[in-house]
Amino acid sequence: MHPFSYTKVSDLAGALAAGRRGGRYLAGGTMLVDLMRESVERPSVLVDISALPLGEITATAGGGLRIGALVRMAEAAAHPSVRAAFPVISQALESSASAQLRNMATIGGNIMQRTRCPYFRDVTAACNKREPGAGCAALGGFNRAHAILGASEHCAATHPSDVAVAFAALEANVHLLGPDGERSVALADFLLPPGGTPQREQAARPGELITAVEIPAHPRPLRSGYLKVRDRQSYEFALTSAAVALHLRDGVIHQAKVAAGGVGTVPWKLPAVERLLIGERPSQALWAEAAERAADGARPLEHNRFKIELLKRTVERQLRVVGDLAGGTA
Amino acid sequence: MASEPPGSRVPLGAEPASLFSRRTFIATATAVTVGGVAVASDVVPEPSPQATGAPVSGRVSLVVNGEGRTATIDNRTSLLDLLRERFGLTGTKKGCDAGACGACTVLVDGRRVNACLTLAVRLEGAEVTTIEGLAPGGDDELHPLQQAFIEQDAFQCGYCTPGQIMSGIGCIQEGHTRSPGEIREWMSGNICRCGCYVNIVKAVEQAAGTT
Ligand SMILES: Cc1cc2nc3c(=O)[nH]c(=O)nc-3n(C[C@H](O)[C@H](O)[C@H](O)COP(=O)(O)OP(=O)(O)OC[C@H]3O[C@@H](n4cnc5c(N)ncnc54)[C@H](O)[C@@H]3O)c2cc1C
Ligand code: FES
Ligand code: FES
Repeated sequence: MHPFSYTKVSDLAGALAAGRRGGRYLAGGTMLVDLMRESVERPSVLVDISALPLGEITATAGGGLRIGALVRMAEAAAHPSVRAAFPVISQALESSASAQLRNMATIGGNIMQRTRCPYFRDVTAACNKREPGAGCAALGGFNRAHAILGASEHCAATHPSDVAVAFAALEANVHLLGPDGERSVALADFLLPPGGTPQREQAARPGELITAVEIPAHPRPLRSGYLKVRDRQSYEFALTSAAVALHLRDGVIHQAKVAAGGVGTVPWKLPAVERLLIGERPSQALWAEAAERAADGARPLEHNRFKIELLKRTVERQLRVVGDLAGGTA
Repeated sequence: MASEPPGSRVPLGAEPASLFSRRTFIATATAVTVGGVAVASDVVPEPSPQATGAPVSGRVSLVVNGEGRTATIDNRTSLLDLLRERFGLTGTKKGCDAGACGACTVLVDGRRVNACLTLAVRLEGAEVTTIEGLAPGGDDELHPLQQAFIEQDAFQCGYCTPGQIMSGIGCIQEGHTRSPGEIREWMSGNICRCGCYVNIVKAVEQAAGTT
């Protein structure tokens, strides 16, 4: 590990000042300490932000929720408002990492997390994310876990977060505070596909601090849930996952929000699936027909072709689970 | 005043393993030394904080198993290395050093966490409980979960056991013991190479019923 100096800040102004001088924010540390130990990350100044007042979950006026960046994954998952309004968030969090890690890791750190691509984590392998221009060892290497959606010729690493998939489905916004003040960015614009700059993974500007993730209001009742498919049943990243939220009125689907994880370079929203659902009455045939579009545009690599079929089945299953809750299917 | 056992007087920088990963080292033909710090030659270091005069070590005072402790540490020191290498508390085990096995599980301010991913310098004023803190009176007064591990035959080699027990205490406190399935899921952050899972679940179930 590269040596670093350590400073703990107690207010937002202090954090921004330290960030402006090039300090790296440290929240739960579960990603940053790990990558520093592997020499993948080599910050020279760590700015401990854990004492900042960003640890609250509050209801917004319209019926949405604002989750502070420093809320721990365990706290967010267990919070009564989250469980009541957006079970998909709780389920995504509780299927992430382990109980110990969720006690440490924060919501802000979670959406900022970098890929788990083994070539990215191995400083002896070629990786354009770690070292722009070095090449991508995954494209011609072992790429079973890699993305089938959103890859470029420079990078096919997946975004590993589960809760970001739930946030993407629910069209969450990321609140940021920087030297130029506050701004809010849709999560869909915040997490960047690799394109020609795989080293740039988030739209955060230098020194910007995430203050919260906000879930907008959705019509109620909203039924939602998360399904994660992986090589072992727990304590493992997704091969495929699906976040589904449905609002039915008089037996008809009025709103459908669907996103997939484990398959994209960013959490992958599925508008084609959503469009097929809206205005329809739930049925097994509808779930199957909509899920058939889940892998639209997929470009598999040598070892991950199975994800196309697995993704469709994951989405179909979760549409059925949430759809049955939301009003029952014939 | 906080006590500092003899083992804690190890000079700074006495943690060569943490300077760079073994993989980096092996893959690198030569290593150069910059400002007293070995740096693999294929790694372009950011400007060293030493060059800017910012300290790369600090002093931390914390409570471990009820006892106040103070140590001057390199900022890179994990809680796991502080416990094992400086305080001589080797009950807490190092498996992966990457959050992926749970062998290093301890309680920090009452919550179960991975000591390998916890930087010790952050723990000013924290209360840490390790496996050594569960039965301060000795083997005659084991913690109910320790006793349950023995009665349920919940280990073979025992390497994962301190982490399993600390995690089990967290699991019971959190209330995630309503069924064997729930215990399995909420204990999944602890890997057992010997495959004692069935009996580990039974031990947690037993202790949950008695505590
Ligand atoms: C073994 C293991 C298994 C895992 N499994 C899963 C899984 O199944 N699903 C899943 O989703 N995740 C998983 N994770 C990842 C884990 O969820 C992340 O490591 C964690 O969420 C990161 O949060 P943190 O608070 O610890 O971040 P840190 O490590 O403190 O920081 C991460 C990054 O975010 C930046 N950052 C943190 N907070 C802010 C902020 N407020 N503003 C701006 N920048 C910030 C930091 O500078 C750093 O770059 C796993 C991790 C491990 C080690
Ligand atoms: S040593 Fe900490 S989780 Fe494996
Ligand atoms: S008892 Fe051997 S690893 Fe668990």
